[in-house]
Amino acid sequence: MPGAAARRSETSAPERGRSETSAIAVSLRLLAIGPALILVLLAAAMSLVAPNFLTPGNISNILAQTAVIAIVAIGQQLVILTRGVDLSVGANLALASVVGGLVFRVVDSAPAVIAAMLAAGSTVGAINGVAYVFGRLPHPFIITLATLSVCRGLALELAADHTTMRGMPAVVTLIGGDSTFGVPNSFFVVVAVAGLAFVLSKTMVWGRWMFAVGGNPEAAREMGIPVKGVLASTYVISGFLAGLGGVLLAGRTAATSPLYGNLLELDTIAAVIIGGASFLGGRGHLGHALVGAVMIGVIRNALNLLSVNVFFQMIAIGLIIVVAVEADVLRDRLEARARTLQAAKSP
Amino acid sequence: MSEDGPPVLSVRHAQKRFGAVHALKDVSLEARRGEVLALLGDNGAGKSTLVKCIAGVHALDGGEIWLDGERVSLRSPAAARRAGVETVYQDLALFDNLTPAQNFYCGRELAFPVWAPRGLRFLSRRAMDREAQAVLERLRVNLPKLDAPVAMMSGGQRQAIAVARATMFARKVVILDEPTAALGLRESRKVLDLITQLRAEGNAVVLITHNMEHVVELADRAVVLRQGRNVGELRPSRNNQRDLVAMIVGAEA
Repeated sequence: MPGAAARRSETSAPERGRSETSAIAVSLRLLAIGPALILVLLAAAMSLVAPNFLTPGNISNILAQTAVIAIVAIGQQLVILTRGVDLSVGANLALASVVGGLVFRVVDSAPAVIAAMLAAGSTVGAINGVAYVFGRLPHPFIITLATLSVCRGLALELAADHTTMRGMPAVVTLIGGDSTFGVPNSFFVVVAVAGLAFVLSKTMVWGRWMFAVGGNPEAAREMGIPVKGVLASTYVISGFLAGLGGVLLAGRTAATSPLYGNLLELDTIAAVIIGGASFLGGRGHLGHALVGAVMIGVIRNALNLLSVNVFFQMIAIGLIIVVAVEADVLRDRLEARARTLQAAKSP
Repeated sequence: MSEDGPPVLSVRHAQKRFGAVHALKDVSLEARRGEVLALLGDNGAGKSTLVKCIAGVHALDGGEIWLDGERVSLRSPAAARRAGVETVYQDLALFDNLTPAQNFYCGRELAFPVWAPRGLRFLSRRAMDREAQAVLERLRVNLPKLDAPVAMMSGGQRQAIAVARATMFARKVVILDEPTAALGLRESRKVLDLITQLRAEGNAVVLITHNMEHVVELADRAVVLRQGRNVGELRPSRNNQRDLVAMIVGAEA
């Protein structure tokens, strides 16, 4: 097709158009792999500056610290894919962990504790989804902000003495805190969840519908896609994964606390956006959430190793978010430009 | 162009009100397989309302819609599609983030196993890609890349994709709402060729357009609406083009 166009027109204007087209194609490809590239460069730079960065112990440490953000960010990514946002994940994780902690006080059973945490998380997710979809709210921002507040308050109210509760079943601490061959077990949980999420979003009809709803909700309705069900399901998944994050965090600390997951909503949104997903809807894949989560983990770890204080970590992550969002806007513009060139080129 | 067969689409005495506005006043029309029916009228004449009623977006307040000799009630766009009516709106209803093949099948994916609930089936990606490519080849639609999202494609290519999608699934009627309005000359030509092909494949094509050249060139019949009423019907030709325009604006010829 490009070959045919070249044969038809020998003038210089289309030639220029063609070279611009390929320049845009290269830029778009760079933007697509940008986050992963930056992550690699960042790791390389860190290994030069901080000799103890690239040690098995530290890598394992980063993976363990990243696991919770990564798990919850996968849910956040599905929500953002459908043009939404879930602000309640952090508070939801805290509430789920507290519910699990309370169950542990009654019975020292890992299945019971884990089931309680997952059920609590999913329930909050279902409330978000149902209220958003059937309450005809203009944006999920409002309802998830409300459940953020409710969950945090409820977690504080329910927790014994309104504070940290020590102790978790052995299996839970094994999953969240131990490692196998030097690799944290929580990392395997991340891999498993990412695998399942990949299968759902890329190979199943429901996943295709998520992309469709994110890309053009109006057209999705016209094509007979159950838009409300698809939207609500993303919040249930996000809530479930917040509960799973609660399991990992409770396992790592052998405790539960109503203060867990503070600002986790921002970390996960940051991970998704830094990783290269789009707020404009329908764009993004799991790689974005995972790369973003690891990048946040690496930045925190690196700045720790360099003994930069924690406030600068927050500033650094904020600045990176700005860059990531600008990249998103730039990509949108480049695509629009590519379209114009297409129109000029071919019938 | 068999224009003598029974009508595949028949609208009888359609009535539609929006509050105080009486948008359709006893409108009737018929379309047969293998013909292009131009639906003409000035802005606000009721063309879009009529089309949206046939496409399942609006429900009629009075009157009937018949498809292939059977009375139907089209409660939603999805129901109209299932009944064999495909509509290409001006906004195209494409998914910018999906590839052409994914766009074609969005909402009616080929998937397996059939005993599973629809949402939990696995996509038959290769089958869909193959079918989509076959349709694009049959319609001679050239796209630079089949695996790129349609966001990257030009207005004409997007229009062609939307029309091709309609072609793929249309079993009775294809409605095109101003398909060339936003296109340049060359791109319009491609879409007109597609319309000819839709007709050749035995669909009834309902074409809304303001372009009289296109009407004269393509349409086998033209139905004119004015202020929500049928005001005339004729076979468009070079000779009666002015009568047609007069009918549309309501002036004496």
